[in-house]
Amino acid sequence: MKLTRSFNRSLWAFHFNSGSCNGCEIEIVAAITPRYDPERFGIKLVGTPRHADVLVITGPVVKKMKDRLLRVYAQMPEPKVVMCVGTCGISGGVFYDSYNLEGPVDEVIPVDVYVPGCPPRPEAIIHGVVKALEKLERIQGGGR
Amino acid sequence: MIASWELAMIVFSAVIVTIYGIVVGLFLLGVDRKLAAHMQARVGPPIRQPFIDLRKLLIKENVVPDNAIAWIFNLAPVVALASSIVILLYLPIGSIYPPLGAYGDLILVMYLLTIPALCMVAGGFASGSPYASVGAQREMVTMIAYEFPLAIVVVAVAWRLAAAGIQDPFTLGSIAAHPIWSVAGPLGIVGGLLLLLVMAVVTPAELSRIPFDTQEAETELAGGLLVEYSGKNLAMFYLSQGVKTLVMAAIAVAVFIPWNLSSIVTLPEGVALVADLLFFLGKVILVMFLSVSLVRVAMARFQINRVVSVFWIYLGLIGLVGLLLLMADAALPAAGVLA
Repeated sequence: MKLTRSFNRSLWAFHFNSGSCNGCEIEIVAAITPRYDPERFGIKLVGTPRHADVLVITGPVVKKMKDRLLRVYAQMPEPKVVMCVGTCGISGGVFYDSYNLEGPVDEVIPVDVYVPGCPPRPEAIIHGVVKALEKLERIQGGGR
Repeated sequence: MIASWELAMIVFSAVIVTIYGIVVGLFLLGVDRKLAAHMQARVGPPIRQPFIDLRKLLIKENVVPDNAIAWIFNLAPVVALASSIVILLYLPIGSIYPPLGAYGDLILVMYLLTIPALCMVAGGFASGSPYASVGAQREMVTMIAYEFPLAIVVVAVAWRLAAAGIQDPFTLGSIAAHPIWSVAGPLGIVGGLLLLLVMAVVTPAELSRIPFDTQEAETELAGGLLVEYSGKNLAMFYLSQGVKTLVMAAIAVAVFIPWNLSSIVTLPEGVALVADLLFFLGKVILVMFLSVSLVRVAMARFQINRVVSVFWIYLGLIGLVGLLLLMADAALPAAGVLA
């Protein structure tokens, strides 16, 4: 995959809740407030996976959401990056032994960047996006 | 019969206008985002952000859903972009006379304006997504709603010019040459201001921006009409959005603020052209700021049923009052009521 520099100056993110408690959602919304203003780096939230470059997933994957998550992941056009926000998505968190759980996000789809925390601070989420950019830059280096 | 050199000139100017429309359109989108950001006390994206977005969209995968009607789905963005560029060929840019100005007037421009919207409707229905279908239906309703006030503005301005004895009142050349403010009396100027208000409210609806973006509502319809579009096709719609912004601002400039810098201060030939172009750009940015950026930051989205009543009842009435004032302005001095 060959990427140009403009790719990581214009990341459009789609937020997907796979069974989160809404703590991480509140922090994601906090991260896009004027105080942090990620739009100055070209980052914005979009309403549909078709427009998205980054899939931001919060929460562990519950049984009912597994198919939907796979479908949304498949709907995103290439190239794409998956970001897992919150402890629950990484390990299952406090829900780790729940009968409802399909498992952490990376057992369902490949994850590129993990942002731990319950919930992570907006600074941590922005740091995660920076890590995603670094990963994209590495892909670019390989593509040249 | 069109002579071949004339045809060559039209083709040449069409290429120039295409490049100009795309570059200025994207620049306008960037300015709009920057202004909106500053109004929200943010730094905001760089002004070249839409160019970056466009480059990114062009390298993204272009997905055509299995249940979409592929040829309409792929054709709609191309026609939308092409038709919005065609409108630019009929509009005066600065002091430059439009390349196709002799072949079409404001009525034609009004009809051409519906084509990009119709393409989005066709593309939405062809996507095979329920969100896009709902978005397409809403786009049609919005279109029906704003056409009426827009038609009132066009007819009222042209009628007043005709009443003042100006030849070809519907052509953009003569509208731009005789601003409504210089033709009309005090009553007519009040009427003209009302029509200006109507035009300012129609503009965001035509561009499907807040508060009339019900067809693309991200929070309810997940992007509405554009829900299934990605990559190259989305880039085309993005471009046509930029060109349409320029078109709507250029129409408002041509009808209501057509003055050129060169007609106010005397400038040498070459400088005058550049100064007029820059002055035109300034007027376009002013129109866009007042009727798009300022409004979309200050307001929330209207419900789709309210959109219709806003346009048909309130703006229709304001437009008709403006039309009546313009008619009174022309009729009363003739009848000897006002000296």
